[in-house]
Formats: sequence, C-alpha cells, structure tokens
Amino acid sequence: MSNLKRVALFVAGIALAAAAPIAGSAETIKIGVTQPLTGAVAASGNYVAQGAKIAESFLNASGGLLGKKVQLIIEDNKSNPKEAVATAEKLIVRDKVPALMGAWSSTYTLAVMPKLMEYGVPMVVETSSSGKITTSGNPWIFRISPTSAMEAQSFGTKVGQFNIKKANFLVVNNDWGLGASNQFQKMLKSKGIAVGVVETMDAKATDMSAQLAKIKAAGGDTVFVTTGVEQITLVLKQMKEQRVTQRVITTGGSSSPDQLIAQAGAAAEGSFHLLFFAPWFPGSAPNPEVATAFVNEWNKRGHNFAGLTEGFRGHDGIMTIAAAIKAAGKAEPKAIQKALWGVKVDGVNGDIAFIKQGPKGKESAQNIPNVYVVTIKSGKVALP
Amino acid sequence: MPEFLQHLLNALILGGTYALLGIGLTLIFGIMRVVNFTHGELYTFGAYMVFFFVMVLGVNFFASILLAMALGVALGALIEFVLLRPLRGADIDTTMLVMIGAWIAMQNLEQFTWTGIAKSIDHPFPLDPLVIGEVSVSWVRVFVFAFAVLLIAVTYLLIHWTRLGKAMRATFQDRETAALMGVNVKGIHTLTFAFGSCLAAAAGALLGPVFVVAPTIGDLAALKAFAIVILGGLGSIPGATLGGFVLGLAEELGAGYVSSGYRDAMGFLLIILVLVFKPTGLFAAKERIG
Repeated sequence: MSNLKRVALFVAGIALAAAAPIAGSAETIKIGVTQPLTGAVAASGNYVAQGAKIAESFLNASGGLLGKKVQLIIEDNKSNPKEAVATAEKLIVRDKVPALMGAWSSTYTLAVMPKLMEYGVPMVVETSSSGKITTSGNPWIFRISPTSAMEAQSFGTKVGQFNIKKANFLVVNNDWGLGASNQFQKMLKSKGIAVGVVETMDAKATDMSAQLAKIKAAGGDTVFVTTGVEQITLVLKQMKEQRVTQRVITTGGSSSPDQLIAQAGAAAEGSFHLLFFAPWFPGSAPNPEVATAFVNEWNKRGHNFAGLTEGFRGHDGIMTIAAAIKAAGKAEPKAIQKALWGVKVDGVNGDIAFIKQGPKGKESAQNIPNVYVVTIKSGKVALP
Repeated sequence: MPEFLQHLLNALILGGTYALLGIGLTLIFGIMRVVNFTHGELYTFGAYMVFFFVMVLGVNFFASILLAMALGVALGALIEFVLLRPLRGADIDTTMLVMIGAWIAMQNLEQFTWTGIAKSIDHPFPLDPLVIGEVSVSWVRVFVFAFAVLLIAVTYLLIHWTRLGKAMRATFQDRETAALMGVNVKGIHTLTFAFGSCLAAAAGALLGPVFVVAPTIGDLAALKAFAIVILGGLGSIPGATLGGFVLGLAEELGAGYVSSGYRDAMGFLLIILVLVFKPTGLFAAKERIG
C-alpha cells in the first residue's frame, strides 16, 4: 500500500511538473532570442540580450501584448554557428516561440536561416550585415540592421571629409568581415580612392602582428577594421606596438568606443567608428524620447554604458516583433510574418519599416537604418 | 626588407610563448602518458589569476605573475591527486575522457566566475614600443619573451641537472624499473603534472596582459600547444622549444607572404609535412608510446 502511494505521488509529481510550463505558457507570449552570450563575441551578445530585456519590461509595464505578459527566452549560441542552429531549433521546437530575434553575427544568422524555412518561423535580425542574408530568398528574414552595402553607401556621403588617398583593410575572416570589405572597397574605388592590401584574421585570433606588418609595409593613410570589440581592442594595441600610424575606421557598429577607451587606452585615440546609435547624444536621435528612455533605463539597471551601442539593437528588435504581434492580433508565426511587413516602429536607431530585397516572390525584409560616425578624442567620444 | 625583419622579430617573440606552452604539455605526456586536455584551462586560469590579483586586489604586476604560477602548481597537483591518481593503470582512452570532462567543467566554471565578457589587464610597461632601426616591438612582449626563455632554461636545467630531473627521466624511460630502483613514481607524477600546469599557468599569466582574458582563450592556446608537441616529437623538451619557434615562424611568414586567411592553417600544414616525412616529429625521444 505504501509503495502504491509512493508511486501515485511520484506520478502526480511528474504530471504537475509537466503541466506547469503549459499552464504558464497560456498566460505569456514567448519570443525567442539567440545571442552569443559566451565565446569570442560574448560582450556584444550580452549587451543585445540586456537591451532585449529592457524592451520586455517596457512592454509588460504598459500592459503586455494582447492582454498577456511578454516572456523572452534567451539562448546562448556560444559564438558558434552550429550552436546557433541548435538554439534556434530548441526555441522553435521545444519552447514553441512564434518569432525569433538573432543571431548577432552574419555567420550565425546564415546558419540559422534554413531552419526558419523548415519550420516557418520569422526572425528579426538585429545585428548581422552580410548582404547575403536578405538576398538569398528567405521570406522569414526581417532585418533591422543595415547591410554592409548600406553602411558603405552612407559612409560614402561623408568620405570626402576624411581625405583618404589609399586605404587598407583588416577584417574578420567570415561573412560579416568579407562582406564589409567588399562593399567598402567598391565604395572607395567609385570615389577614386586606392585600395592597398586586404588582410583577414580568424575570429578567435589574438595575435595580428603578421597582418599589421603587412599593412604597414603596404603604406596608405587609413585602415578599415571590421570585427567585434574584443578584436578591435587587440588590433589598436598591436598597431601601437608596431608603429602602424594609419588612421583606423571601424565598420559594422560593434566597436563600443567606451570599451575601447577603457581597454585599449591611449591606443584608441584618434580612431573613428561607424555606429548605428550614439548614446552620448540621445537627444539628437531621430526619436529622442525613445532613445532617452532607453538610455535612462539602461543606466538605472547599472548596465555598462559602453554596451549601449549594441544593446539598443535588442530593444529595437523586440519592439519590432511586439508591434507585429499586436498588429496580427495573435502570436502565430505566419500571422506575425505577414504583420511585420506593415509595422512602423519608433526605434532607438530611428523609424523601423521594411522594404523588399532579394529574388521576386520570396523577398526578405530590410529596414533602412541610420549610420553615425564618432571619434575618440582625448579619451572621450566626440562627433568628428 | 624592414617588413621581413618585422616578421622575423614577431615570429621570435611569438615562438617564445608557443615554446613555453608546448613544454608543459610535452613534459606531462612524456612522463605520465597523459594527454592533458586541461592544459588550455590552466593557461586561462593563470591569466584570470593575474587579472584577479592586479585588477581586483591591486597586487604588484610581477608578484601577481609569480602568485598565478604558484596557484597553477596547486591546481595542477589537485587535478593529479583527485582525477589522475585513481586512474593510474587505466587505459589511455579512459584518462583522455576524464581529462576532456575536466576541461569542459573548468571552462564553464571560469565562465560562471568571470562572465563571458573579456577582461583586460594593465601592465607597468610603457605603451610606446621599443624601436630598433626599422622594426619595433612592445616592451611588455619583450618582457614576456625574456621570462619565457628563462622558464624554458630553468625547465631544461631541472630535468638534466637535478636529482628530481634524473628521477623524472628514469620514470620516463621505464616506470617499473624506476620504481624498483626506489623512485617514488607516484610523487614524480604529481610533481610532473604540477610543474607542467605551472608552465601553462605562467604562459597564461604572461600573455593575459598582452591580449585580453576570456573563458575561451585556452582553446586556441591548447590547440597550438598540441601542434607544437606533435611537431617537436612527443615528450621532447628541445623538440617542443624548437617546435614553438618553428610554428611562430610558419604562422608569421605564412600570413605575411602567402595569405593571412590561412595563418592558422600554416602551422597545421607544417605538421602534415613533418608527419609525412618524419612521423616521430622533429626531435622524437627514443622511448615513446606505441
């Protein structure tokens, strides 16, 4: 008898444990997030996740969505494309999220994309900039970050004031770095500016001395660097060590100038950075109230100020998905996909709305974001 | 020409630290027949300890490096005592699996303790580099190189000129006979593992301030260490030293004159060549595992 009782209790326990998440899910709308919380580009991924959580609490503070609370499920893709696929699959299959945001790097996003097609779930891409993402015919992709081509084009309108004669490139050896190098080279050549050497580095590499020796020997006045903030720190330090005096311009918006000032010190002096949000001047953002509210909440939570240039992407991405769920009136993948095409969101970066890109009939969606240039002057971030 | 000289100088500096990484690993394999997958984590441990002492507690930079090395000895001895000693006599696969497990556990523990965000360590050296003619190198790297060479020399002397080194070499040649001659083989194993760990922690402690410190930095370090050991011949200290410099040179010149995209592939290409033409490595010791 007592054995039977024990078994019954055990079974009841399992049933309760199994039922609990189902009961929970009826009251919340889940949104899946895959970000590199650990590994080579962990800093950026954590900032994006922090920004996403701020959006979550903003949404819940104003009554949630469709009368339900919003719940983010954030998974760590470990700065690894294989893990990115695994996290997306887990979020879709196990957590049954109707929409995703991710996956930071172009390489992780490209790896995840076939899974979106397979399961029919839309993903808002918050950071990746490789052109391939919106031109490969995946109708589940909604990108709010600029492509490298857009970034290069936008910088092209300001390139005159830099008076560049010959530029070199040092980029991370993946879809992001190579894509940026191609687009910026194209832009420079169209302005009659010579391109010297194009060097690459592995995403995990810590020693760039060989590449820098080559860039130094190639001559030129500017080197365009595209990679995450950890590697930019190392590049700036090692340039100083090898007396490479070319001006550095980083692209891709992941340079986090404050972190560079803190970690690279004087080696960061005089470098220029292309960003998609300038948190030092939130009042001059296209939507000053949204930007200021976000920056204030970020500071209130005690997050690293240096992370704001990445963190805003998380906020804008989640707000975009939320606007679509609201417009769709239900949290279902297909309905959200349809609604995303019509959203107009006041984001931290600016107004978010989508245009069509890629092959006819299966277009991906692309937003046209704002690009800012800042510089580091006497240990402070300044407008050039 | 200045570019070539700069590449050579970079290769020399890089090679010194590579050699240090390789020696610790080769020592442990040669004497204990243990493939030490925790080598990279001991490297990371050394780097984080310097971060902790310098940036959190404000201890003197040089003292911090010595402290990190001492803690590396302690951690190495602990791993040997807890994980490897009970497994003596177990086959190499079992030990390997246990070490892989320890590697994963240690990496996650580092991440749990220090978060995934990279840390940077201040050092007391001037930021402006040392300039020799056309080439230049940072002062901190000169220090790292000098310290690495010193450690390599100390290791070499220890193995060849001390009673302890003699006992280690005897254990390396023939464990059973050494035990019969009164060598405390168990003690030698603990000491060897602790010493190898100390060298790994030293490499991390030295390179942490040069680069940045993150939980996964040990992966790349371990990969290079394995490459160096295979290049130099398992169990050979001169081999690991030479292997370190050869790898540094291959990477530097490969990236400089072939393609930087294949920088890390150069080392492995070299290993393939060595294994094809001299399968025991450049400096294979006579006694090797089958």
